[in-house]
Amino acid sequence: MSTAVKVEHVFKTFQSGKTQIEALKDISFDVSKGELFGLIGPDGAGKTTLFRILTTLMIANKGNAWVDGLEVMGDYKEIRKRVGYMPGRFSLYQDLTVEENLSFFATLFNTSLEENYDLVKDIYVQIEPFKTRRAGALSGGMKQKLALSCALIHSPNVLFLDEPTTGVDAVSRQEFWELLRKLQLQGITIVVSTPYMDEASLCDRVALMQDGKIMDIDSPKGITGKFKKPLWAMSSADMYKLMHDLRADERIDTCYPFGQHHHITFKDDHQEVNPIENFLIDKGHKGLSIEKIEPTIEDCFMELMNR
Amino acid sequence: MKNGLAISVSDLTKRFGDFTAVDAITFDVKKGEIFGFLGANGAGKTTAMRMLCGLSLPTSGKAIVAGFDLYKESEKIKKSIGYMSQKFSLYEDLTIRENNRFYGGIYGLTDRQIKDKTSFMLEHLKLESQADTLVKALPLGWKQKLSFSVSMIHDPQIVFLDEPTGGVDPVTRREFWTMIYEAAHRGTTVFVTTHYMDEAEYCDRVSIMVDGKIEAMDKPAELSKQFNAKGMAEVFVQLARKAKRSDN
Amino acid sequence: MKQFLYFIRKEFYHLLRDRRTLFILFGMPVTQILIFGFALTNEVKNSRIAILDNSKDEATKTIIHQLEASRYFDIVEYLHSYAELEPTFQEGKIRLAVVFPEQFQASLLHTNAAPIQLIADATDPNVANTLTNYASAIIMDYQSAMKETQDFPYTITTELRMLYNPQLKGSYNFVPGVMAMVLMLVGAMMTSISIVREKELGTMEVILASPIVPINVIIAKMVPYLLLSMVNIASILLLSVFVLDVPINGSLSLLVFECFLFTLTALALGLLISSISDSQQVAMLVSLMGLFLPTIMFSGFMFPVENMPIPLQVLSNLVPAKWFYYIVKDVMIKGTGLETVWKETLILFGMLIFLLTISIKKFKVRLE
Repeated sequence: MSTAVKVEHVFKTFQSGKTQIEALKDISFDVSKGELFGLIGPDGAGKTTLFRILTTLMIANKGNAWVDGLEVMGDYKEIRKRVGYMPGRFSLYQDLTVEENLSFFATLFNTSLEENYDLVKDIYVQIEPFKTRRAGALSGGMKQKLALSCALIHSPNVLFLDEPTTGVDAVSRQEFWELLRKLQLQGITIVVSTPYMDEASLCDRVALMQDGKIMDIDSPKGITGKFKKPLWAMSSADMYKLMHDLRADERIDTCYPFGQHHHITFKDDHQEVNPIENFLIDKGHKGLSIEKIEPTIEDCFMELMNR
Repeated sequence: MKNGLAISVSDLTKRFGDFTAVDAITFDVKKGEIFGFLGANGAGKTTAMRMLCGLSLPTSGKAIVAGFDLYKESEKIKKSIGYMSQKFSLYEDLTIRENNRFYGGIYGLTDRQIKDKTSFMLEHLKLESQADTLVKALPLGWKQKLSFSVSMIHDPQIVFLDEPTGGVDPVTRREFWTMIYEAAHRGTTVFVTTHYMDEAEYCDRVSIMVDGKIEAMDKPAELSKQFNAKGMAEVFVQLARKAKRSDN
Repeated sequence: MKQFLYFIRKEFYHLLRDRRTLFILFGMPVTQILIFGFALTNEVKNSRIAILDNSKDEATKTIIHQLEASRYFDIVEYLHSYAELEPTFQEGKIRLAVVFPEQFQASLLHTNAAPIQLIADATDPNVANTLTNYASAIIMDYQSAMKETQDFPYTITTELRMLYNPQLKGSYNFVPGVMAMVLMLVGAMMTSISIVREKELGTMEVILASPIVPINVIIAKMVPYLLLSMVNIASILLLSVFVLDVPINGSLSLLVFECFLFTLTALALGLLISSISDSQQVAMLVSLMGLFLPTIMFSGFMFPVENMPIPLQVLSNLVPAKWFYYIVKDVMIKGTGLETVWKETLILFGMLIFLLTISIKKFKVRLE
């Protein structure tokens, strides 16, 4: 069996007052054993609901799912022994020390820190100097590492991490992804969600989610490879005016601010760039820079959203 | 405002006991500038921003915010600034109109002004039909755009944004940044603190705090060049890795 | 088993590290007992009274002596005529005057009846009422003592209340009431809060997604509060006996058993509350309004249930505290045994089983 997670046509609706919210609409995907799989999408895309179904905490209205070869409904007791889960708002027990938190979660799974020390060693050595400190007094990055250790302590086959990097600074995020890579080398299947598109490229494969649907599933390269239109990055001294002028022009299809540049696609794929440049110079733009670029996951995500 | 400066800070310091949270930072923010204020967790960002908003007194140093002295005129400063954060924005159990009336009232706007502002805002955001909808029933992206508009209801000179666009879909995010550009274009100074380096890329200028000090400050493009990095994320990691202070 | 024990240990960490809450939980019974025992009591102590003895015989002397000996009264004046009565009251020197008619003992011995006039300052009607009650009680005591020694014909005296509380001690009623209140609060409110807190923290998600059996989670959550409640019971009983002089007349082990039973009922209620609340705030409000108030209102310790309209009387039967209050009053104060309280005990037991069953059924193995 080389499939670690299998999801088939899963639907999930919630009743909120009088309205029905469709959190998941026909979700299907597979994750292979040992894969680092990303669910990329904004808040409200349905990532958390999907995680809860996979960790047996919720039941799908329609469709079915299997984790580590076990059906999420019938075999939920067995699945709970085999998966590690780090929920999005997971904040540990603030009033317990690092060590106590870890021992608690270890005993919850009938194991101990000593038994699985090798597995969490890489992470734990970083927080070990603070082991007598209360979790509430740890920094964001440390808390996140402790939470990961807690989710790993029973040596799970599949690890579900719901937005582990939200609210953590860039350095800690980078270290966190490095840790995930190391875990992957130990054969653990990892399903991770994030609202941050730049993290998508760190996964083997990603599912781009929006409004309870999966818009595309592929490797990051595969996804950006599907972006067929030529993409241009433009900048000038007055970025705000540049955006206005471009959006007002009928040759332009999309113009999105992208940090220091605007990313632009033309309605006609064969549109020459020189006339546009001249048009902008005529409009009085100074320090103009126009460059053809490779699309990012975020460009693709927006393109898929607009379809 | 003298010299067209919205914020002028020199040697601003905050100590808690023998811990120096903010260590003699000096910087200026021009009127209408979008200024990114970055730093790792615990670098002193929040403490610095609290001082600038008039919520806590500095231990030493000088600061002029919106033309007012931080020590003597903190009440005037509070009237001249707006604040929005991803965590705290609007009252979920009030409607859009009620939120507007509340915040307008806090800043001493007249009923007439609140009414005008509200209809202008709703029209601008194309939310006219939702004026009497509870905020909690709105999608996240709308909430954030709305909450930015509400933080600007009293036409502040400076608006402080704390991680404004976390978790929003990329299209809405761009709409949000377009709003920020517009505000800056109208002359409002925008002061952004964030963990997310792609947000930093939108700023005219950014400063990066490490262990209470400002270690770098320039245009994002210049910083990338200076640190020989591909983007702000790399610049940030290079600087923040040097941090000795484990936060909190 | 190790899993379960560690869970309990973790609960103790939470409990012991929240110093402020812990202090309140231990301090609450002590302060409540002391407040009810001393400050809020409707006893009136050391009240100044005057005596106008127109008879000055053996009987009046004995009664005056007994009045003086009681801790409720201080005799500050011996008056000589009715004329002195009014000015003494007006000056505020006394709150009660006891007037013996002439030939008091003589008429008592011959006609088996003699009037004593009790004149009270009724500007505070409650105090006046209490004082006259105390004074009458002391006089009745004398009367019944006389009966026994002198073989007088049978006469009906005294009201029921005084049968078990000859000194009219207020604390007697408060002790079982405070016990019910404290056990309800600690048991139901704290248990529900501690479970709901895990929901709020998000740790409940991890616990549910782990192989631990839900019933173990429930029991582990209950154990610390069960223990805490037993400590509270001990402190209440010790305070009652040694500080308020309220004796334990019945069997101590029966009393402790009944407390244990009631605590378990409270814990089961807490569990039920936790399954319907999503936030600590809701849990707290539901516990306060849904449990604490009915405990005070319907247990009978503040307001006599017999005086309530019939629908409320029926409703009061649903309040576990009512049965507990009866039991404790009977066992602790009247000194009766299981033979008189077995019905109430069975009712409590039934309530416990019922509550435990539905709360365990309602405790979800999933999030929805």
